[in-house]
Amino acid sequence: MKNISKHFSGVKALDKIQFDLRKGEIHSLLGENGAGKSTMIKILAGIHTPTEGQIFINGKEVKIEKVSDAKELGISVIHQELSLVPYMTVAENIYLGRMPSKKSGFVDDRKLEADAYKVLERLGVQDVIHVNDYPANLTVAQQQMVEIARALSVDSKILIMDEPTASLTERETVQLLEFVQMLKNQGVAIIYISHRMDEVFQISDRITVFRDGQYIATRNIGEVTYDDVIRLMVGREMKDVYPEVNLTKGKELLRVEHLDDGKFLKDISFELHQGEILGFYGLVGSGRTEIMRYLFGVDKGAAYNAWLEGREFKVSNPKEAIEAGIILAPESRKEQGLVLIQDIRFNTVLAILDKLIHGVKTDKKQETEIVEKYMKKMRTKATSAAHITGQLSGGNQQKVVLAKCLATNPKILILDEPTRGIDVGAKFEIYKMITELAEEGVGIIFISSELPEILNLSTRVITMHEGQKTGELAREELSEELVLKYATGGANK
Amino acid sequence: MTTKKEKISGGVPKNPVMKYLYLNKGILAGALGIFLVFGFLTEFKFWGRANVINILRITSLDSIAAFGVTLIIITGGIDLSVGALMACASTYCALLISNGLHPAGALLVGVLIATVFGAINGGIVANTKIPPFIVTLGTMNIGRGIAYTCSAGTPIRISGDFGEIGNGYLMNTIPYPIIYTAVILAITYVLLNKTKFGREVYAIGGNAEAARFSGINSKKVIWIVYTFAGFLYGIYGVISCSRLYSGQPTLGQGSELTAIAAAVVGGTSMSGGVGRIGATFIGALIMDLLSSGLNFMNVPFYWQYVCQGVVVLGAVFVDLQIKKK
Repeated sequence: MKNISKHFSGVKALDKIQFDLRKGEIHSLLGENGAGKSTMIKILAGIHTPTEGQIFINGKEVKIEKVSDAKELGISVIHQELSLVPYMTVAENIYLGRMPSKKSGFVDDRKLEADAYKVLERLGVQDVIHVNDYPANLTVAQQQMVEIARALSVDSKILIMDEPTASLTERETVQLLEFVQMLKNQGVAIIYISHRMDEVFQISDRITVFRDGQYIATRNIGEVTYDDVIRLMVGREMKDVYPEVNLTKGKELLRVEHLDDGKFLKDISFELHQGEILGFYGLVGSGRTEIMRYLFGVDKGAAYNAWLEGREFKVSNPKEAIEAGIILAPESRKEQGLVLIQDIRFNTVLAILDKLIHGVKTDKKQETEIVEKYMKKMRTKATSAAHITGQLSGGNQQKVVLAKCLATNPKILILDEPTRGIDVGAKFEIYKMITELAEEGVGIIFISSELPEILNLSTRVITMHEGQKTGELAREELSEELVLKYATGGANK
Repeated sequence: MTTKKEKISGGVPKNPVMKYLYLNKGILAGALGIFLVFGFLTEFKFWGRANVINILRITSLDSIAAFGVTLIIITGGIDLSVGALMACASTYCALLISNGLHPAGALLVGVLIATVFGAINGGIVANTKIPPFIVTLGTMNIGRGIAYTCSAGTPIRISGDFGEIGNGYLMNTIPYPIIYTAVILAITYVLLNKTKFGREVYAIGGNAEAARFSGINSKKVIWIVYTFAGFLYGIYGVISCSRLYSGQPTLGQGSELTAIAAAVVGGTSMSGGVGRIGATFIGALIMDLLSSGLNFMNVPFYWQYVCQGVVVLGAVFVDLQIKKK
């Protein structure tokens, strides 16, 4: 790929990037969220067409304008979210959309199964996965094998794997990596994307780093160290989007000890003080969200001891947590945060209905006051409080979620990815609000996958990796390298 | 420059009557249109007082059931057991009266049986992952079976003053059922629009997950909704029992669909979170105006089904077109 650019309505998602892939090589593509990795993959897969630039395969220039073009060129993508039909057989899934048929027009089941078997055999999994199994009954790792089999069945020469190990256990990961090696030895070229540094170092031949939509560097894996790669990934100047954080730590609000759910989270302890912004950093799926869901009472089944302002604290549902003074702004504002078909007013007071409505009497005056107060405080941009939240922009939706949380007058505010997918302006306003709240003495738990905001806002950072707390850093100790190292499990190595 | 009040309410009139007309302008126009057309087609006989009162009486009964279904659909659920629970209430009420129980007691037991069934529906829907469609399909069959069993498959006739409840008139003009419905409409309206419970119903139907994160006890709310709906079907059952002077095991066959149709024509969204009691009433009115008008014009009964189907599809289609804009 040469000089590939992709502009989305004037915004450069990719700016003249380059990338090359050799036969039988595993080439890892690295970069932070928003660096442009997925955009590049989508261009190769035919989902996006590049604004400019050229793509060559075997020295010949090719045009990939739609998904079928990519398929014809032998490019297959295995996405993080698997796309199998759960109740069709493995064989049917592998040949979905191109099942062999007999002259009569019926599907030739015998040929279908024989072909599928051959593909599974090539992967060496014919004894574990049967052609007549249903994906619904397979593990995630096995389903992934089926996806790979599908890619092989069309004789893919280029295989793109987007975070294939994100939802696999450690043992499954080891197996998958062996497969990837095997495919490589069969001459398939593989573009591998993963946030897990250890994997990248284990299987890659070369790495390429993107940052902010730009090509940074390509290196042979033998020539770089762990730290070099991280420096390449994050080495940018911080722009002036962060408010000054100058907070004094107050008395202890929350203490959690030995939180353990017996499945994934292991022995997690931490405490939170008034006026603190406690950052939780880790990869998606590292257990950050899960901890908070237990504390907030959304999920049950974890053992832990906790104290809120010195009093024993354990809740069985979110209502009790809200009454105790804890509120969670969930990670997905559309699915968990808002009733999208209702207006700002409805959503803002949703968690304080007890306070506003007594019997059949609604305190309209107070309701209006609260709604207006938070619209103003949040600088929510909307025509009125009757604006349907589903029609607001992501940033304004997030502000309504935060308004709903603040309306409960929380002592502790848990923010799970509060700035995900919102524009820079709204981000800044949310950062400002977070620091203001901390100054007012609210204890804030701030979960984020974006390293810069964690580094700039947090007064203390806890790093998570695969369900375990791997580090705790005070503001003075914070550095990109350290946080990333702990969060990718580097501390254990 | 808009005033502060308008800013918050989004341009909806404050006056309750004007607000009602404003919010329901589409279906009101539809109902009025049907009423006018049948009037002209029947040389204004359709507009006769007796006929109008009769239509209102039918509508009031139908809308009692439709209110229950509307609440359930707003939570994102569905109820197929409507007719069966009505039949249960009706047959038990008649059975107890014919066995010598005081009508008041029989009435209560009848309503109670349907309410208990509603509570069972709600309990299962709230606490298991079985879809409401399946849960109420089950209780529909159970309820209908019980109604047939207790009546041995034939109507249980009763006599005496009990018939007054369903057939009597207030001041010799307004049939009692219209009064009952007015009261139930008012109660349901207040419940849905003025209480915390009502907001929770809309929140759960709009986004159950967001409701949970906001500290709303969805299980409790859903249970209450199905129980209340069962209670309403029970009321329908005992009024019918009185009106027909008999407990009918076949009562309400297909009325779950009429009730759903009324709710949907009234703008209730099958995906939950949207729906209004006042609009459901007009939805029920439209369905009844239609069947009554077609009867009046001697259209064969079977064709009425076709017409009702067309109206339901048409109403929803128009509703979607309006919303798109």
